[in-house]
Amino acid sequence: MNVDGIERAALAAVDAATDEQSLDDARVRYLGRRGELTVLLRSLGGMDAAERPAAGARINAAKDRLQGAIERRKGALAAEQLERELAEEAIDVTLPGRSRRGGSLHPITMTFRRIERIFEAAGYDVVSGPEIEDEYHNFEALNIPADHPARAMHDTLYLDNGLLLRTHTSPVQIRTMEARPPPIRVICPGRVYRKDNMDASHSPMFHQVEGLVVDEGIAFADLKGAVVDFVHGFFEQDLGVRFRPSYFPFTEPSAEVDVQCVHCLGDGCQACAQSGWTEVLGCGMVHPNVLANVGIDTERYTGFAFGFGVDRFATLFYEIDDMRALFDNELRFLTQFA
Amino acid sequence: MKYSEQWLKEWVPITVSTAELCDQLTNAGLEVDGTEGVAEEFSRVVVARVTAVEPHPNASRLSVCQVDDGAVTSTVVCGAPNVMPGLVSAFARVGAVLPDGTVVGRSELRGVVSEGMLLSTRELGLDADADGILELDADIECGTDLRVALGLDDVVIDIDLTPNRGDALSIRGLAREVGVLNQLPVSAPRIDDVQADTETVFGVEIADYAGCPRYLGRVIEGVDVGRPTPWWMRERLRRCGLRPIDPVVDVTNYVLLELGQPMHAFDLEQLSGGIVVRNGRAGESMTLLDGRDIEVDETVLLITDSDGPVAMAGVMGGERSGVGTETCNVFLECAYFSPTTVARTSRRFDLHTDAAYRYARGVDHQLQAKAMERATRLLVDIAGGRPGPVVEAVSEEDLPVANRVSLRKSRLDLLVGEEIPVEEVARILDRLELTPSCVGEGDDRVWTTTSPSHRFDIAREEDLVEEVLRIHGYNAIESRVPIVPLPLGRARVSELLDARLKDLLVDLGYAEAITYSFIEARIADLLDPGGEPVSVVNPVSSEDAVMRTSLLPGLVTALVNNLSRQAARVRLFETGQCFRKEGDDLQQVTLFGGILFGPRETEGWAHDREPVDFFDVKGDVERMFALGGLSVGYAKASDPVLHPGQSAVVLVEGEPAGRFGRLHPEVETVLELPGGVFVFELEGDAVLARRRRRHGSVSRQPSVRRDLALVVDRAIPAASIESIVRTRLGEILAEFTFFDVYGGEGIDSNKKSVGIGLTFQHRSRTLTDTEIAQHLDDTLLDLTRRLGVRLR
Repeated sequence: MNVDGIERAALAAVDAATDEQSLDDARVRYLGRRGELTVLLRSLGGMDAAERPAAGARINAAKDRLQGAIERRKGALAAEQLERELAEEAIDVTLPGRSRRGGSLHPITMTFRRIERIFEAAGYDVVSGPEIEDEYHNFEALNIPADHPARAMHDTLYLDNGLLLRTHTSPVQIRTMEARPPPIRVICPGRVYRKDNMDASHSPMFHQVEGLVVDEGIAFADLKGAVVDFVHGFFEQDLGVRFRPSYFPFTEPSAEVDVQCVHCLGDGCQACAQSGWTEVLGCGMVHPNVLANVGIDTERYTGFAFGFGVDRFATLFYEIDDMRALFDNELRFLTQFA
Repeated sequence: MKYSEQWLKEWVPITVSTAELCDQLTNAGLEVDGTEGVAEEFSRVVVARVTAVEPHPNASRLSVCQVDDGAVTSTVVCGAPNVMPGLVSAFARVGAVLPDGTVVGRSELRGVVSEGMLLSTRELGLDADADGILELDADIECGTDLRVALGLDDVVIDIDLTPNRGDALSIRGLAREVGVLNQLPVSAPRIDDVQADTETVFGVEIADYAGCPRYLGRVIEGVDVGRPTPWWMRERLRRCGLRPIDPVVDVTNYVLLELGQPMHAFDLEQLSGGIVVRNGRAGESMTLLDGRDIEVDETVLLITDSDGPVAMAGVMGGERSGVGTETCNVFLECAYFSPTTVARTSRRFDLHTDAAYRYARGVDHQLQAKAMERATRLLVDIAGGRPGPVVEAVSEEDLPVANRVSLRKSRLDLLVGEEIPVEEVARILDRLELTPSCVGEGDDRVWTTTSPSHRFDIAREEDLVEEVLRIHGYNAIESRVPIVPLPLGRARVSELLDARLKDLLVDLGYAEAITYSFIEARIADLLDPGGEPVSVVNPVSSEDAVMRTSLLPGLVTALVNNLSRQAARVRLFETGQCFRKEGDDLQQVTLFGGILFGPRETEGWAHDREPVDFFDVKGDVERMFALGGLSVGYAKASDPVLHPGQSAVVLVEGEPAGRFGRLHPEVETVLELPGGVFVFELEGDAVLARRRRRHGSVSRQPSVRRDLALVVDRAIPAASIESIVRTRLGEILAEFTFFDVYGGEGIDSNKKSVGIGLTFQHRSRTLTDTEIAQHLDDTLLDLTRRLGVRLR
């Protein structure tokens, strides 16, 4: 009885099997009902009783080993098969995805959002108002009577019936103070108009954010704090901030604010005309005439106000060198900022 | 205004550098715009006298001159027509380097050797339009370096003054300010009264004291306007930005720059009767010095004589009475006009002269007599003449009064936010000539000031706070943060943030545009016929002269711009205010608009190149309204700018809330657009409204889907089918969908096939097949009865 010989041949056949079918053929040939090992085991009946147990054990052990080899081979063949299938399903993962391309927010809008976020987090309300205004809210209530030289600072676009395109968002401050008593903490974002010709740094239409705080005990020092914190918050760095006396009819004292140039950080470059500073903001303590015009007690309450061009902040932040690009609406420009 | 630093130094002995001075001024509220040297670099140029002039032997236009430069006499060839013996001019010695880099050498000109060069102002870079060589004052010593002789190592400081600082619009005013900042004394040039040489007077009368509280006049006879204005004066005028003209104009301009007092000179021979300062009369007109004919009325203050207007008060003189080359007898005017009167006239007629600029900002009302004497002295010294006595008309009570203003220490500290020492406050007020007096102690201390006549801008306590703070230094104040109570606000479900809507549009592939609110009337009319836009009276350009009533003009223009730059696929949106006339009312409404053109998808391996169509816009509109959750319906639009068969109106809670669809092909043609432009425009109020959602019940019972393929007339709207199905089935219908719409082969040409998918689900139990079959039968019956539907 050549158990070893049969086992060797059987294992060789299992190894040689290349698919499920040939593996099964091998199994049937050796372990099937008429398989060689099965037949051999059955033939033990004609054997000497004393040798039978040992021979039976040898055959069974060979059967077990063969069974194990078949299982392993089956697993290996299945793995190979899966690998083949996966390889067939492989695609070029470097091709672009199928989702529709997203659009983009305008850099002015994103700048408004940065600004609003900073002030809203500190408890300022965001308020807005009409772009077509009357002389009273745009000028007179703000202590700018007719024939005042300061009107020359605002080249106004006029409409019929004494209406005009607001030259600043300050009328929203007036409307806010008319509508609610102090304490007031608001910012007024919006679109404003001046009769300017379009060039790299001017536009007849631009955007402003103005801020107004009216409460008891509000001082110039508070104004400085608010402006400095805002500048640092917006530009995400502690740039130098300089206050210069200036003049606005609606504030007294008034100040212009220069910020260290964001390009050269004060060393002087082309963008800041070598001065190291960029003028970004006007502000001051609300003029008592303005408070009185809206019926606020000027002895009890004081306030500060500030205003700045959003377009200016946008061009500084996004390093846009020509303001005209903001209103050209060219897709290649707009989609840079997404 | 431009100021010569050298001139300023005559008034106040500054020791700080120019850069430091500029910083001081800027930090005190007089913003320095820039500085500039008064002359370019050149060397070895000296003052020299021409001692002899002979014609050049070989050239008719050239002369051969002998030039004494103080050391040697040189032979110089010169081509200038004004060269003559005795002339003192600028001489470039051999080796001189001129501003343009030219090195002057010994050169032969047509056979004569020239040992140097006589120079014109142009060659020295001093004045671009002067002819001939320099004509210097005869008393300058020969051999003096020209830079020293003319004070060319000077700096012009350009200051951008705010409208409240009319007091600083002169060398005198700036000197005062610099004196305060540096704690230095200010010394004015001595101005003595000029004795009258004649008795000649020309009468002065004021009819409108409110507009002209003070008017001084003086006759100067026998003035020689042909005499040259001396170099030093011409240089100062030039450095401060004024062009020298003749001695009379130059002197009045000089006084304007020096003292800040505008003056005017008339040719006395052209005046008759006497001066009357009065308002214009209806129908009156005059010709100004600049040649403009102006019609005046009662609101314009005039200087008149018996023949009518001779000047527009404080703004510009008239042509008839102007000083010219023939003028011999001069009438000098020196007045105080009301700032608002001059400002109004100057603005109305768009006449922005140096005089009007100063009068509108306010002139020192005590300055006129002094300025008159100063001008007379200078004019007589330069051009000769015999001055008469000064005639003055004045109404003291119409002159500004010296403001008395109090400053409470407590108020100062409150407004500043920290304490400025009382000694410093007193010192600042004193240095500003505000003559403070002080009462009270500690926090009750009060200073009372009386403003000098040049500080008419100081009217109330806050003005004094600013003065103290400005001299103390804005940057010396510590920043602090306001400390406030922290009340909480409310969350608002009813308000959909426009940020959310914009983000949605961005995610849908739109780029946000910002277009001008003023647009061309032609485009406004094309895209909103009969829209009655509001006109801008004084538009920036005559094209963009009306306010938008719709966002479409801006978006269409942006599309055109992008197409011209080869963009193939455009999706833009914009939100902003639009302006509509409604009767006499003006409505300012916020709209959301968008425009789509080109392929639905960006080009790519995974996409086909189908162009956008109506359902792309509609899908995006549906997404926008889905945020608010209000009941939204759609109906066919009849809108003249949209394609009649491919446009719809949106109805929110039954009210119109916008429109969308394809632009009308005729509009596309007029705008030279390719076909297939789709737009939407929605009312901000409607698209930003939001309903509060509440949990309903989510059924856990199994659902059953049944599909029906229907054939209906093409004209039947899908919405009618859906509506009938929903009404019939009620809440048992969990979902409804149009899974297919088909027309073409196998379907009559006037019919369409519509596939609808119905999902049935009961709230609390499983539906039986029999029940569902019954529902389907009922539904079909309704559809057949009402729409003529049959099963395919």
